[in-house]
Amino acid sequence: MLDIKNLHVRLEDGDKPILKGVNLSVNAGEVHAIMGPNGSGKSTASYVLSGRDGYTVTEGSVTLGGENLLEMEPDERAAAGVFLAFQYPVEIPGVGNMTFLRTALNAQRRARGQDAVSAADFLRLMRDKAKMLEVGPDMLKRPVNVGFSGGEKKRNEILQMAILEPKLCILDETDSGLDVDAMKLVANGVNALRDAGRAFLVITHYQRLLNHIKPDVVHIMADGRIIRTGGPELALEVEHNGYGGLLTEDAG
Amino acid sequence: MTRPDPVQTATTERLTALSLPADQAAWANAGRAGALARLRAAGLPDRRDEYWKFTRPETLVQPLPPTAAVFDDSDESPLFGAVDRLRIVFVDGVFDPAASDDLSAEGLTIERLEDVARTDIHWARNLYGTLEQAGQTPVPRPLASLNTAFATDGVVIRVTGQVSRPVNLIYLHGSESSDATLHNLVRLEEGARLTLLENGPAAARFNQCTEVDIAKGAAFDHVRAQGRDHERRAVTHMFARLGANAAFRSFTLTVNGALTRNETVLSLTGDDALAHVAGAALGDGGFHHDDTVFVTHDAVNCESRQVFKKVLRHGATGVFQGKILVRPGAQKTDGYQISQSLLLDDDSRFLAKPELEIYADDVACSHGSTTGAIDEDALFYLCSRGVPRADAQDLLIMAFLGEAIEEIADEGLRDDLAERLRAWLLRRRDG
Repeated sequence: MLDIKNLHVRLEDGDKPILKGVNLSVNAGEVHAIMGPNGSGKSTASYVLSGRDGYTVTEGSVTLGGENLLEMEPDERAAAGVFLAFQYPVEIPGVGNMTFLRTALNAQRRARGQDAVSAADFLRLMRDKAKMLEVGPDMLKRPVNVGFSGGEKKRNEILQMAILEPKLCILDETDSGLDVDAMKLVANGVNALRDAGRAFLVITHYQRLLNHIKPDVVHIMADGRIIRTGGPELALEVEHNGYGGLLTEDAG
Repeated sequence: MTRPDPVQTATTERLTALSLPADQAAWANAGRAGALARLRAAGLPDRRDEYWKFTRPETLVQPLPPTAAVFDDSDESPLFGAVDRLRIVFVDGVFDPAASDDLSAEGLTIERLEDVARTDIHWARNLYGTLEQAGQTPVPRPLASLNTAFATDGVVIRVTGQVSRPVNLIYLHGSESSDATLHNLVRLEEGARLTLLENGPAAARFNQCTEVDIAKGAAFDHVRAQGRDHERRAVTHMFARLGANAAFRSFTLTVNGALTRNETVLSLTGDDALAHVAGAALGDGGFHHDDTVFVTHDAVNCESRQVFKKVLRHGATGVFQGKILVRPGAQKTDGYQISQSLLLDDDSRFLAKPELEIYADDVACSHGSTTGAIDEDALFYLCSRGVPRADAQDLLIMAFLGEAIEEIADEGLRDDLAERLRAWLLRRRDG
């Protein structure tokens, strides 16, 4: 489903390369975890996939279901099925959470040539999904993420994911700032979305989240490259030995 | 040898081109003469005037207005069209009886200033020019005095009941060189209620003055939209005096227009009164919009609120001068003032002068003023969920304006104006 080939990326202002030849293929139905130390390029990869400004791709390609993602605007990527659960979800005063979600859903549907979802149908859809993530009516009525706690923001991200039903879900350090209970809640929300037609890219520092969201494949990223790929046991190895051993190995 | 004083020269030039209305009742003559004396003493504003530091008054002062093309706004349905309202139409400042509704209504009397000013015994004698005069200190407002002296017409409304059907003053613009001067009086008796709607560009140049006297327990709601003409100029003054438990709520929408200066001068004279004044202004290019507000707290436990938002692009200018004056003894005052602008490019600018002057020790007053661009993080967040960039930008602009629009109490009116704002933004998608 997702194919990243020899991806080189640098910051738009500056020559500093951040990704230095990333290769990654994720099939539909799979969950891939990307682990790595700070500054390894994990978050940059998530931004480049979702189309954030500020990065220049100097080499390589990214396709989703055969379509060239790099040529699309962020909203077109979303309509094509890309979803990024932000590490730091943005607060948007003055835009109601419900209004925002319905606008987003209908914009995607319009882009795909589908009919808009009526207000009544949307409300029903929302109610079902919100219940599972313990997102109360109060959170739905408030402006997007304004006054939400860290846990509420992350639950709101997963709620959006559940409503928008993307093909490729990218979770950028979704576990950061979550206590154990909140993490379980978020993981349950993610697991409920696991499906033969959907792929996940879970970016995390710690193995902890992967106890709850079981990956099929684990990649270790360092200095802008994927240096190791393995099964879930690779995450456990990191948990026990840290990244130090792996990095040294790479250098050798 | 003394050089000619440019202020006096400009004032004399303007006055030479004007003549006081004839056949006036004695009180009206006296009111106009008093205003003329105030005007002569202060002189018309010029660019060195501190109160006009951010807005150049020349085109408002000069004897003849610059011409302004009449804008065809027939692509939109008439504003407030969905509301059952009593319509009073002026074209270039001239009353149009054929286009207006019958002026008789329950709970209020509506007359024209032209008639009232010829009537010897009339309640208006105690209001005409009174609040305008009181509003001349500490800062002179000579263009309001000019209005009181030379106003040709206007509406005079006395409200005795709780009127649910709004009165709608519709100011049409017909001639590209018109110069209109209208003066309105509104007196709300104890416990009365009225909603006044105003819309339209009015003229190539419009000088409007409204004096509103709100007695104990009465409530006045005001919603105004100043038309879509790009070249029109306007200076408006709204003077209001609030008695105990009285309420004043005013919202103004301004889009387009070469020059607009809206002054609001509020005096809270009775305890427990409430005054809210808000505005949303959106403009491109030659658009210059100035909100000047002066709120005086002179009673206990009153609340005042100023909320002004501006969206500017392609070199447009926004100005806010807002002051809260809390007089000695005006304890438990709750004053709030916010003025914000969203600059959509580097060419536009916003000039703000927020002021608080407080002589009581048990008050809560806050003010804030910000200028900023669209939040790129918020924009990306919305886009990443599938909202096209242009839609996301409009969504954020509407969110920015939200706090001001929320000041319109009536939901139907609020939705109507919000819809016009969205349409304004949509028309700018192409450039």
